[in-house]
Amino acid sequence: MSAFIPPVPEPSVVFRPEELQAIEKRLRRWEATTLRDSLGKQPERARGFVSTSGANVDRMYTPLDLKDSEYLTKLGLPGEFPYTRGIHPTMYRGRLWTMRMFAGYGSAEDTNRRFKYLIDHGETGLSVAFDMPTLYGYDTDEAEAKGEFGTCGVAVSSLHDMETLFGGIDIGAVSTSMTINSPASVLWAMYLANAEKRGVAWPNLRGTIQNDILKEYQAQKEWIFPPEPSMRLVVDTFEFASKHLPQWNPISISGYHIREAGATATQELAFTLANGMEYVRWGMDRGLKIDDFAPRLSFFFNAHNDLFEEVAKYRAARRIWAREMRETFGAKNPRSWLLRFHAQTAGVSLTAQQPEVNIVRTAVQALAAVLGGTQSLHTNSYDEAYQVPNEKAVRIALRTQQILAHESGVANTVDPLGGSYYLESLTDRMEEEAYAYFDRIAALGGVIPAIRKGFFQQEIANSAYRYQKEIEDKERTIVGVNDFVVEEGPEVEPLRVSQEAYERQLRRLQRIRKERNARKHASALDALRKACEGDDNTIPLILDAVRAEATLGEVCDVMREAFGVWEEPLLY
Amino acid sequence: MAKKIRVLIAKPGLDGHDRGAKVVARALRDAGMEVIYTGLRQTPEDIVEAAIQEDVDAIGLSSLSGAHMALLPEVVKLLKKRKAADIFVAAGGIIPDEDVPKLKKAGIKAVFGPGTPLAEIVAFFRSAAE
Repeated sequence: MSAFIPPVPEPSVVFRPEELQAIEKRLRRWEATTLRDSLGKQPERARGFVSTSGANVDRMYTPLDLKDSEYLTKLGLPGEFPYTRGIHPTMYRGRLWTMRMFAGYGSAEDTNRRFKYLIDHGETGLSVAFDMPTLYGYDTDEAEAKGEFGTCGVAVSSLHDMETLFGGIDIGAVSTSMTINSPASVLWAMYLANAEKRGVAWPNLRGTIQNDILKEYQAQKEWIFPPEPSMRLVVDTFEFASKHLPQWNPISISGYHIREAGATATQELAFTLANGMEYVRWGMDRGLKIDDFAPRLSFFFNAHNDLFEEVAKYRAARRIWAREMRETFGAKNPRSWLLRFHAQTAGVSLTAQQPEVNIVRTAVQALAAVLGGTQSLHTNSYDEAYQVPNEKAVRIALRTQQILAHESGVANTVDPLGGSYYLESLTDRMEEEAYAYFDRIAALGGVIPAIRKGFFQQEIANSAYRYQKEIEDKERTIVGVNDFVVEEGPEVEPLRVSQEAYERQLRRLQRIRKERNARKHASALDALRKACEGDDNTIPLILDAVRAEATLGEVCDVMREAFGVWEEPLLY
Repeated sequence: MAKKIRVLIAKPGLDGHDRGAKVVARALRDAGMEVIYTGLRQTPEDIVEAAIQEDVDAIGLSSLSGAHMALLPEVVKLLKKRKAADIFVAAGGIIPDEDVPKLKKAGIKAVFGPGTPLAEIVAFFRSAAE
């Protein structure tokens, strides 16, 4: 592959050598006098300081930490390569991030009500959480779904459920994100078939399917099929979207779950971008032109507790992606170079103890995402260490974003922390560490062989265990958990999924199976089976199947038969 | 030397959240116990079968998806049916407070919520197995 390399702009050294020499001289003097005296009187609180991810944090950062920093090549200007400072020239001065609250519980009716509640309170994009059976490609009435109906998200087993989910919502105007992976193409087909029935043209649809199967094997674990057929399904969506849905993101390459499973910020950054590049390779191997699909690749990152580390992570991600897309993969369209991302505050950081305090944690995390230039944001609710959030908790979470947007002032200028000696040094370091991981992954034969060897899984498990040990040994303070503890009773208002909704769902599925055109249904599934066994793009056949009212479980059964199921390496 | 305590750590149902289960598995192993981790998507039948095959003293069930009431008591019931009620069962994960007494009544010996110190879990398995 011959890479296209556009001319590199002239480097500009931020500090002149003589100035750096003077700073260094002054620093040494300060250490020997002012600092030494101070430490003599008041030692520091700890022998060393580390970030949430366990990275060493120095006492202070100065221009000396940036002496190799060339402003134009490493930072540049927003809206221009390498996009370190942001993907838009005016960022939030032009348009605020999309306030997109991840929501879903119970039946499609329940979640439809929650969507309308959120829209009424000022949210600007939709995000669907599906229940466990849906995520694994099972219908509510299958044995595997026992006890899981609507508990972690909404149950969508049929086109009928999808229609109900978006009933009364203007899907031609709102953008919709769907957290669905292994069966992503099936749920997407239901969304597209619903739009068709409502007369909304596909090119007008805006939204995202998560569809990131690699991180499922690594972290989130909602896989069905083995990696190769799964990747084929993903590339099918790239191809179909590039032809029919110019405003749709067929993937959201996600570090969020990698982080939630225990990874450090650097691991989240490195594994996510390695996965992103793997999707690009698969797309190009299919024969797709990079500039036909790369502009619609989107990303999803976690926003954890350590503010500067998180901001550095987003900035490093943009810079690495832009460089790799332009220089390694030869993308020529600047839109292919842009790393656009959604962020969600860290669910794993929420405590069951003193749950209201989670409101504050979430605010700090959301601030990091905004300072890092996110395109959309979900803020967790304070009761989520217990349950799917209740209405009041969700409203407070949304209000947190509105305060950041309208009261805090951080949206008034682009990349407000840019130029901070600490932040820039951290951005550089995370970038370097990410490349070290890329090398390790390549040495293992690439992303999929590394999954088979359990590499990511073990790295993540190791980090999760180390973090927990730090809490256990009180090296790390978690307010309300290992310090500042109070005796308290349960203070969260519970939200329960109704038995009635479950029974209604069972009846609905029964009725669909009885009343649909059996011949059309069978022939659509047959055609899909043939496509799965061959090389044709599966999306048109999945669309035909859901139009013929095949259920999610039925479509996935055809694919399970054709592709087999994944068994993961067991380790801890 | 005393016989090592054998513990099965299992993930019942479809729940894919395995961070907690793995951290607990490792803490028990580091505390000198023999740990068998089942992996994901185990039915109550799978779990009981594995527990009997592996001759464990205890089972730790991890559930974060809200399916705990449907799946956890079933494990205790099946153990009784298989005449293996001497294997004791503990649970952890996202379990609302009001469900804890119900689970205990169903024979789950302990329920560990978010933020439980590992030391407490280790101590529980050790004392319960003795």
